[in-house]
Amino acid sequence: MKFAVIVFPGSNCDDDMVYAVQEGLQEDVDKVWYTEESVADYDAILLPGGFSYGDYLRSGAIARFAPVMESVIEEAQKGKPVLGVCNGFQVLLEAGLLPGAMQRNKNLKFICRPVELKVDNNETGFTKSYEKGESITVPVAHGDGNYYCDNKTLQQLKENNQIVFTYQDDINGSVEGIAGIVNEKGNVLGMMPHPERATTSLLGSSDGLKLFQSILNHWRESHVLTS
Amino acid sequence: MSLLLEPTPEKIKEDKVYQEMGLTDEEFELAEKILGRQPNYTETGLFSVMWSEHCSYKHSKVLLKKFPVKGEKVLQGPGEGAGIIDIGDEQAVVFKIESHNHPSAIEPYQGAATGVGGILRDVFSMGAKPVALLNSLRFGELTSPRVRYLFEEVVAGIAGYGNCVGVPTVGGEVQFDPCYEGNPLVNAMCVGLIDHKDIQKGQAKGTGNTVMYVGASTGKDGIHGATFASEELSEESESKRPSVQVGDPFMEKLLLEACLELVQSDALIGIQDMGAAGLTSSSAEMASKAGSGIEMDLDKVPQREKDMTPYEMMLSESQERMLLVVEKGREQEMKDICDKWGLLSAKVGHVIEDKRLRLLHEGNVVADVPVDALAEEAPVYHPPSKEHSAFQVNQQVKETVFHIDDTKQTLLDLLKQPTIASKEWVYDQYDYMVQTNTVVQPGSDAAVLRVRGKNKALAMTTDSNSRFIYLDPEAGGKIAVAEAARNIVCSGGVPLGLTDCLNYGSPENPEIYWQLEKSTDGMSAACEQLQTPVIGGNVSLYNETKEGAIYPTPVVGMVGLIEDLDHITTQSFKNAEDILYLIGETKPEFGGSELQKLLEGDISGKVPEINLETEKERQQKLLEAIRNQLVSSAHDVAEGGLAVAAAESLIGTGLGAAITINGDTAAELFSETQSRFLVSVPKVKKEAFEKIIPEARAIGSVTNEENLEIYSPSGEIVLQAAANELESAWKGAIPCLVKSKD
Repeated sequence: MKFAVIVFPGSNCDDDMVYAVQEGLQEDVDKVWYTEESVADYDAILLPGGFSYGDYLRSGAIARFAPVMESVIEEAQKGKPVLGVCNGFQVLLEAGLLPGAMQRNKNLKFICRPVELKVDNNETGFTKSYEKGESITVPVAHGDGNYYCDNKTLQQLKENNQIVFTYQDDINGSVEGIAGIVNEKGNVLGMMPHPERATTSLLGSSDGLKLFQSILNHWRESHVLTS
Repeated sequence: MSLLLEPTPEKIKEDKVYQEMGLTDEEFELAEKILGRQPNYTETGLFSVMWSEHCSYKHSKVLLKKFPVKGEKVLQGPGEGAGIIDIGDEQAVVFKIESHNHPSAIEPYQGAATGVGGILRDVFSMGAKPVALLNSLRFGELTSPRVRYLFEEVVAGIAGYGNCVGVPTVGGEVQFDPCYEGNPLVNAMCVGLIDHKDIQKGQAKGTGNTVMYVGASTGKDGIHGATFASEELSEESESKRPSVQVGDPFMEKLLLEACLELVQSDALIGIQDMGAAGLTSSSAEMASKAGSGIEMDLDKVPQREKDMTPYEMMLSESQERMLLVVEKGREQEMKDICDKWGLLSAKVGHVIEDKRLRLLHEGNVVADVPVDALAEEAPVYHPPSKEHSAFQVNQQVKETVFHIDDTKQTLLDLLKQPTIASKEWVYDQYDYMVQTNTVVQPGSDAAVLRVRGKNKALAMTTDSNSRFIYLDPEAGGKIAVAEAARNIVCSGGVPLGLTDCLNYGSPENPEIYWQLEKSTDGMSAACEQLQTPVIGGNVSLYNETKEGAIYPTPVVGMVGLIEDLDHITTQSFKNAEDILYLIGETKPEFGGSELQKLLEGDISGKVPEINLETEKERQQKLLEAIRNQLVSSAHDVAEGGLAVAAAESLIGTGLGAAITINGDTAAELFSETQSRFLVSVPKVKKEAFEKIIPEARAIGSVTNEENLEIYSPSGEIVLQAAANELESAWKGAIPCLVKSKD
């Protein structure tokens, strides 16, 4: 399986994402520069966390217009797995691939710490290796992680089972404690916590590894079915 | 000031315009003598910044020479952007600490942010990838609204910059004392990793080679920042706000990535950050180190504003800029890399044989000065030194005997002292995990980062107990170095070396100069004994306001090597029934202690004694025990004594401790006797441990009950506190103080 990690000017968790795939899954991964025109050759697309363009305007607002995003959107619409972590989630929201928006954390400060998450939906291609309701520890590191959507959208998210992860404690003011959501088709996941930072117990948690394994397993299954 | 309004050379001399720039009459005369004529306005500016304390170390150079700077692993000592130490496998660690005190006093967010930016550039201009940031911060008491503002904004500035660049802020220290009320200290340290083959130097070698400018354009910000940093803070300082630069961490990130690519090319001859004194220091120093000169055409310097004068361009401290020397004819290779990262680059000059800095502007030579005069020949001062009046007074003070009635309340009060209290409120705002190497997170004795792809790790810490140094500069200087080394050892590392940031008041005051002299003597002695050479650093003088000078605060930033990931040790208890040992005997030593500050409201008296030989021996033995994997947890006994150390070790572990003391209660619990460690050891390893450290005293054990119990020799309870009470006191103190609105 071949992964793409999109690199925007100022991206800073791109290497961490690459390591998660290389060391955690032993699969192929390339960094793809924001000016590239196509990501069609890849089996999964990862939008890394950190910052992009300094996020001076609004998190993810400029990256969403980077040339490579056209192809990312196209591949997402075709059903390819697309994972956006932290800033990557913000980019997916700005690009309209996921509903809702991010506000400043409710304490108005950057927050970096390991947090307890609940796996609300283990039926997506990103979470099959988890148990439903499983409690996992994954770090967050964000200033704008306060997820907001209107009531109608929230109802839709619930009805379609699109809420994938929720915070066990209210850390940033997100609506219903939402930490991660998928699109209706289930092939685009955006999450504020960093699974790539939780791939070895040496650094405190390996709970994020199952997310990457889920992507790989899902791909293998669908690959066998289609071939 | 437009060119037409600049004073003529005659006018500069007549009206003593140079004094406004910080030059004394004698210094100006020396500049005249060097040039053999009267310097013009631009040239006077060049001399004034390069001869400022910040750039020339003119008051401290003599003392800095005393530091041991050599060691078999030292690859680069003081003199370059940052020092370098070998860590094996053809890899090396690069690190440096630097102050940004004055800017942070008047514009705390940007002052702190640009401090982080500057120290990052010092490290990546050596060719190293920055892997960690630490910060050593000092403020007045949090009860003052102004201090709360400074504290919150400095922390936000550090977070805003470091988080965006993507270098984890993994450690440091924050201390509070009234002496820092108007003059906070913001010292930023950066640690980088490099392969030996990539080590760069800031040298302008090879006549005819091209001088290139890379990064942000030059604006009128930060003009004379280095001079401003070299004077006392006063009410007028507020008007110097324009001397504080504004940081652009996104630009820094692009510059960092571009530089890491540039250094891979053999077309790059030299590279240096345009830090303090910007274009002037980078060009003059690179030329001086290489024994060459530089000619620059200032019309080619990327400018942010129209009609900038040579003076403004040369003295601007606009951030995120680098000066390169590139092999002639290969400029395009460098430009291509800069273009990829969206960075400005421009050929601004070339290396000349004449050892001069020659500047052209609109076709005229606007400055022509010997580079060595600027970079090397600043006057060196040996200011008069006089024993500080406080020293003898404190040496005479009779030892206080403390009787503690409510030991539990005293412990809780100590845990709430902001200097001791948990700094979670601070580091929660720092991305301390990015790059995914942080094994030991902020809050333990030292931060630990793995070296990716190798079975080894780096431990790093910053330390300085300025109360001790104020009371007894020499002993305090020893303690600062020893404590840093203790923190490294407790983490399982061998101390490799250190960088220091010497923060003091005005050296022109003989009593302050004496503090500088004595404390650096103490530090040098400890460095020799502990084999931790000083590989670079920074001096920040004139840290005083009309209320007086700060305590002498030489901050030690130390890095150690953990040779096997299995050696990584933290202060937290691990298993119930582990035996608790105290290494080092306890004496009633309270001069400068947290207990004294708490109960008497101020510090006085003699500081705890320190014997460097004992220190060294204990550190070596503890490290041996750790390396033999006999130790579950290790914590140095510092501020607040054994009771605080025990509380810090059990908080958050779900475990407790039962300890029996065998002497005076106040001393056993709260004395700050040096060279002591609290260690927990699995029962099965008791014998092996005691064989290595026979003098370690078993004082109790880790328990399953979540509380701290301390007994007298006869078995009576001396102190009993639930872990959650200790935790809420320790963790709640700073958030509570920050929120208070009085």
